Amino acid sequence: MKQRIVVVGNGMVGHKFIDNLVSHADAEKYHVITFSEEPRLAYDRVQLSKYFSGSTAEDLALTTSGYYDEKNVEFILKDKVVDIDFENKEVITASGRREAYDKLILATGSFPFVPPIAGNNGEHCLVYRTIEDLEAITYSAARSKVGVVVGGGLLGLEAAAALKASGLETHVVEFAPRLMAVQLDEGGGKLLRRKIEALGVKIHTQKATTEIVAGTEARYRMNFADGSHLETDMILFSAGIRPQDELARKCGIVMGERGGITIDNNCLTSAKDVYAIGECALWQNRIYGLVAPGYQMAKVAVSHITGGAEQFTGADMSTKLKLLGVDVASIGDAHGNTPGSLSYTYSNDVEEVYKRIIVSADNTKLLGAVLVGEVEAYGTLQQMCVNGMDLPDDPNCLILPSVDGAGMAMGVVALPDTAQICSCFDVTKGAICCAVQNGAGTMGDIKAITKASTGCGGCAVLTKQVMDAELIKLGVEVSNHICEHFPHSRHELADIVRIKKIKTFDELLDGHGHGLGCDICKPATASILAAFWNEYVLDEKHIGLQDTNDIFLGNMQKDGTYSIVPRVAGGEITPEKLIVLGQVAKEYKLYTKITGGQRIDLFGAQLHQLPAIWKVLVDAGFETGHAYGKSLRTVKSCVGSTWCRYGVLDSVSMAITLENRYKGVRAPHKIKFGVSGCTRECAEAQSKDFGVIATENGWNLFVCGNGGMRPRHADLFATGLDDATLIKYIDRVMMFYIRTGDRLQRTSVWLENLEGGLAYLKKVVIEDKLSIAEELEAQMQYNIDQYQCEWKTTIENPERLKRFKHFINSDERDDNLAYVAERGQVRPAFKSERESRIELVELAD
Amino acid sequence: MSEKMWISVCEYQDLLPDTGLCALVNKQQIALFNSRRLNEVFAVSNFDPIGEANVLSRGIIGSIGDEVVVASPLYKQHFNLRTGECLEKPEHTIPVYPVRVEDGLVQVQI
Ligand code: SRM
Ligand SMILES: Cc1cc2nc3c(=O)[nH]c(=O)nc-3n(C[C@H](O)[C@H](O)[C@H](O)COP(=O)(O)OP(=O)(O)OC[C@H]3O[C@@H](n4cnc5c(N)ncnc54)[C@H](O)[C@@H]3O)c2cc1C
Ligand code: SF4
Ligand code: FES
Repeated sequence: MKQRIVVVGNGMVGHKFIDNLVSHADAEKYHVITFSEEPRLAYDRVQLSKYFSGSTAEDLALTTSGYYDEKNVEFILKDKVVDIDFENKEVITASGRREAYDKLILATGSFPFVPPIAGNNGEHCLVYRTIEDLEAITYSAARSKVGVVVGGGLLGLEAAAALKASGLETHVVEFAPRLMAVQLDEGGGKLLRRKIEALGVKIHTQKATTEIVAGTEARYRMNFADGSHLETDMILFSAGIRPQDELARKCGIVMGERGGITIDNNCLTSAKDVYAIGECALWQNRIYGLVAPGYQMAKVAVSHITGGAEQFTGADMSTKLKLLGVDVASIGDAHGNTPGSLSYTYSNDVEEVYKRIIVSADNTKLLGAVLVGEVEAYGTLQQMCVNGMDLPDDPNCLILPSVDGAGMAMGVVALPDTAQICSCFDVTKGAICCAVQNGAGTMGDIKAITKASTGCGGCAVLTKQVMDAELIKLGVEVSNHICEHFPHSRHELADIVRIKKIKTFDELLDGHGHGLGCDICKPATASILAAFWNEYVLDEKHIGLQDTNDIFLGNMQKDGTYSIVPRVAGGEITPEKLIVLGQVAKEYKLYTKITGGQRIDLFGAQLHQLPAIWKVLVDAGFETGHAYGKSLRTVKSCVGSTWCRYGVLDSVSMAITLENRYKGVRAPHKIKFGVSGCTRECAEAQSKDFGVIATENGWNLFVCGNGGMRPRHADLFATGLDDATLIKYIDRVMMFYIRTGDRLQRTSVWLENLEGGLAYLKKVVIEDKLSIAEELEAQMQYNIDQYQCEWKTTIENPERLKRFKHFINSDERDDNLAYVAERGQVRPAFKSERESRIELVELAD
Repeated sequence: MSEKMWISVCEYQDLLPDTGLCALVNKQQIALFNSRRLNEVFAVSNFDPIGEANVLSRGIIGSIGDEVVVASPLYKQHFNLRTGECLEKPEHTIPVYPVRVEDGLVQVQI
C-alpha cells in the first residue's frame, strides 16, 4: 500500500515539495494528491512582474499537467481545502470532496494584506499576488491614467514598476518615513527614493490613508491623516503579506501570536503527521517571505517523511534585486541591530551609490550590508556573512570603489566548497566546481547540470565567477582569437588599428598576424578599418577584404544575382521616387518586394546590370541603402505627431535625421533603429539596437534590442532627452560598441557580455567614467564626415566598373540563370522546374 | 599535340591584388585569383557545386593552415586553390587549371 501524501496548496513551495518527493529514490512508495485554490498549477510568482513585459502564464509555469500525470501526481484545481478531520485523517474541500492522508502538507502560502480603510473595496482597488490579480490590473490600467501603490516595500515598488510600464502616472504611498524599511537603512532608503523619483514615480512617505472616496478629477480620492489627499484612478494594495493560516487556525493547530503555523526543525506542526512549509509556516517566531527558505523547508519535509535527517535551521534573508531599474541589495543584519556592532558607510551623491557594511564589535566579521545603486559586491559580501569568514585587514576595501575599476580583490577562490552559491536550488560551490571538472564550460552547461542561477537569477554573477575560477584552475584557456591568423580578439584588433593608426589589412597582418588571412579576419578588419577611417570600401587596398555582399555593393542571392535596396530614410518616400523604382524594376524585370525595414527591395539584378540601374537611381536622388553592409540598416519610424492624433513628437523627422547621420557607419554587425511618436510604439523601437520613443518630456532612449534569431527587448537607457543629448548618447554608445564589440556580435549580445552590463554602459556614456566620451564623439563625427554614397563613387569611376561584369573577357551572361513567372513577377526556377524545362522567362539585358 | 594551348583571358592589372575575376574560356567559366603575398595567380572552375551557382570568383581568398583557399561567397565552404578539393566536404572537388602571367596577360590552359 502506498502512503498517501496530501499537499494543500500548489504554489511555489508546494510544487517544490512534490517535485523533490517524486524525484526521490523511494518515490514509488508514495501517492501524492495536491489541491489548489487557483485555477492553474504552480507558477513562478517571483517572476510575476515579467507578465507585464510580455511573459505569458505558460512562460511562468513551473510544471505541467503532463509532468504530474507522468509522475502519477493527482491534482485538483479550483477546490479549496476547508477542513481537516484529524480522527479519520481526511481533508475536506469546499466542493465536499474528502481525501484520506497518511501525511498532510500545508503549503498554503500567504495573502496580501489590505489595510482596513473605508472604501478599500472599490472595483479598481486591487492586489498583486496571482496571475488573476495581474489580469485585473491590466484591465484596470487600460482604463486609468493615474495609479497609486499603497506600500513602499519590495513588492510595492515592483508593483509601481508595473504601473509605470503600463503608462500610468504612478504614485507610491508609504506609511513609514522611508522606502523598503525592512531591508534598507535610512541612507539606502533615501538614495533609492531619489533614484526612483528621477524615473518619474512620485513617492509620498509618512502618509496614513484614512479613507477612499469618489474623486473629482480622477476615479478615487485618498484622504490622508495629515489632511492632504491624492486623486487616482486605481489603487494597488501592497502593504505586506499575511500567512494564509485560516485552515490551520480553524482546526486548532498551534499558531503564532500574530499568525503563521508554528513548526519545528522538521517542519512538523502541533498536529500529528501534519507539516507546514513555505510562507504559511512560522519557525522560531519568524515568517520567511522569500522563496529560497520555503524551498529549504520543502527539502526538510521530504527528508523527514522519507526517513532522512535534514533539519531546518533558519535561512538567510539577504536579497538582491532590481527595482525600476535600480539595483538594491540587503544582507544579514542590515540595520545593525546586533549589540555593539559597528559600521562603515560609503555614500556618493554624484554617482548615486550608497554602501554600508555592519561588522562585529571586534571588527573581525561581517554581519550585514546595504547596497544601493551598485551591487557588484553582493555575492562576496553575502558569502562572507553566511560563512562567517574573516574580514579583510582593511574592511574599507569592501565598499570603496577600487581605483582601477577592477572590483574587489576578495575572490571566490577563498570560499569553502560548502558555500551555498545558489539559494534557490541549494547549489554549493563544490557542486559547480564538480560540474566544471566534468566538462562544463559555459553558463548554459552549468545551468543545465546544476540548475544554479535558473531561479531568481540573483546568483548569476557569482556562479559565473566560481565557474571561471575553476576553469582557470584546471588550466582551461578560453581562446578569444578571431581566427588562426591573429592571436587577438576583434576588440584587441580594433584597439591596435585605432591606436597605431593602421590603414590597411597588410599592415595589420605584417605587424600582428601571419599566413594569408581568411574570410573571417579579412571582413572583420575591413569593418574595423571602415569604422575608424571610413575610406571607400572598393578602394584597391580594401577590395580583397570585402565579404560576399560588400564586394559588389549588393546582396548576393542564391543564384549569384543581386538585390538592390536604395535608402529610404525613415521609410518616407515621394511619389516621384516610387515611380522611378517601379520603372527600373519593370525595365530590368526585377522582382519587387516591400521589406521588413520599411523600404523596397528589387531582386534578380545581374552583375553587369548593377551600374546602369544604380545610375538611374542615383540620378533620381537615391543613395545606397547599405543592405549589404555590417552597418546602419534602417531607421524605422511611425508617422508621429505630424499626422497621428496621439503623436507627441515628430518621429519621422527624427528618424530621418538619425538615418542620415549614421548611414554608412560600419560596425561589428548591422545596426537598426526605430523611432516612435508616442508610447504606443508603432515603430517597434524596443526591438531595435537603438530605440527612440517620444514622451511629453522628450525622447526616451532604449539600447541593445534585437529581433532576429534570439529576440531581446531593448533596455531603457535614458529618459526625457532633448535632440542634442539623444544624438550625443547614441554617438557614444555606438562608437563604444564599434570599439569593443566582437565579430558579428549584435548590440544585444554585446551588452549581455559587457562586464557590468547596462549600469556600466551608463557610467561610460552618461557619466564618462572612462573619460573617453569626447573621443568617442569625435571619432563618430570623423566617420560621419567621411561619408560617401558608395554607389555614386563607383558609377563615377570607369576603372571600378570593369569588375561589374560576369566575364572579364566576354559580354555573355551567366547561362546558369533561369527564371519563371509567379504572381506577375519573376523568381529563380527550382531545380525540378529546370529539369522539366518548363517555360522560362526571358531575362532583360 | 600533347601540349595544350595557353589562352590569354585578361590583362594582369585587371586582376586586382587579392581578388578574383571570372573569364569565359571555351564555354567554361573560370575563376581567376591573384594572391599578392604569394605573387601567384590561380585558376579554378567558377561553379560552386554546393551552392550550385557560378560565383566562386567572387569569394575571399586566404589560407587555412598551409593550404591556399577561396571561400565560397554563398555558404563559405573552402576550396583548395591548388587541388580543387573542398575542405569541409571532400566529396566535392572542383576543376583546377594551369595558369600563368605572360607579357602582362593572364593565360590559362584548358
Ligand atoms: C529583405 C529582408 C526581408 C524582407 O523581404 O523583408 C531581409 C533579408 C535578408 N536578411 Fe534580414 N531582412 C530584412 C529585415 C530583417 C528584420 C526586420 C527589421 O529589420 O525590422 C530582421 C529582424 C530584426 C533584427 O535584425 O533585429 C532581420 C533579421 C536578419 C538576421 C538575424 C539577425 C540577428 O541578429 O539574429 C539575418 C542574419 C544575419 O544578419 O546574420 C538577416 C539576414 C538577411 C539577409 C541579408 C541574408 C543574406 O545574407 O542574404 C537577407 C538578404 C537581403 C537581400 O537579399 O536583399 N536578417 N532581417 C528585410 C530587409 C530590410 C531592409 O530594408 O534592409
Ligand atoms: C510579485 C511578487 C514578487 C516576488 N518576488 C520575490 C523575489 O524576488 N524573491 C523571493 O524570494 N520571493 C519573492 N516573492 C515571494 C515568493 O513568491 C513566495 O515566497 C513564494 O511564492 C511562497 O511560496 P508558497 O508556496 O509558500 O506560497 P504560494 O506560492 O503563495 O502558494 C500557495 C498556494 O496555495 C493555495 N492555497 C492557499 N490556501 C489553500 C487551501 N486552503 N486550499 C487549496 N489551496 C490553497 C494558494 O491559492 C496558492 O496557490 C514574490 C512574490 C510576489 C507576489
Ligand atoms: S507610435 Fe504613436 S504617434 Fe506613432 S503612429 Fe503610433 S500612435 Fe501614432
Ligand atoms: S539564488 Fe536564485 S537562482 Fe540562484
